[in-house]
Amino acid sequence: MNTVVSGVILAMCAITVVIALVHLVRDRPAEDGMYILLGILELVLLIQLVWGAIAFATTGRDVSGVLFFAYLVGVCVAAPIGAFWSLAERSRGGTAVLLVAVVTIAALQARLWSIWHGAHA
Amino acid sequence: MPETETEHPDHNAMRTGWGRALIFVYGVFVVAATGRSVVQIATDFGKAPLAYVLSALAAVLYIVATVCLLRGGRTAWRVASVSVVVEAVGVIGIGALSYAVTSLFPDKTIWSHFGQGYGYVPLVLPFFGIAWLRHTRAAV
Repeated sequence: MNTVVSGVILAMCAITVVIALVHLVRDRPAEDGMYILLGILELVLLIQLVWGAIAFATTGRDVSGVLFFAYLVGVCVAAPIGAFWSLAERSRGGTAVLLVAVVTIAALQARLWSIWHGAHA
Repeated sequence: MPETETEHPDHNAMRTGWGRALIFVYGVFVVAATGRSVVQIATDFGKAPLAYVLSALAAVLYIVATVCLLRGGRTAWRVASVSVVVEAVGVIGIGALSYAVTSLFPDKTIWSHFGQGYGYVPLVLPFFGIAWLRHTRAAV
């Protein structure tokens, strides 16, 4: 996986987690800005999806295809579902949903990275 | 939290507020456990049959909990209570077994080593589930 793209994704996740935590502690519902941030994150993830598919097709290394694509696509669906699921809950619970969604994205991204670099199972 | 005493069961009680975040986490683990067990069973079942069957069992329990929390109502509350308790026993039991009898688990399940591969979330999740079900008990 591209180190820069991966770094940007993880950094954006970290920023969103901090913002969500602050909102949680202050008992605030999620704000529009958080959804915009999530949207930008999704855009980067979609770029990675295209980039990853091309990289997989052109790499000579042994990367587990099923696993790689499961995570490559999976990391893209967490944000839209999380945003949708949190929008209907304009309270702390909705902020918590966003927090969980972003942590999930970070975990999937880390896993995607290790799969690309040769980890199996 | 809506904890008011009502004549009719409140079908929303389990899926609002913190419940919404809990359902999302359960949903993530439905995908994680189902994906893992399907891949494991489909590719090389003979390698670690016990571990793979337990992966599938975990997936079923996560699905039951998610559906029950979403549905709401008294029956769903009861079924969810049983499933999260089994889940708690499962993750602790399998977690301990995976350390004690390593030969039983040539490959990992979602509950191996107390859910270490998943940031120990599988270990704490059933207890959040139990806490949430206790909290919503009066409302359903």
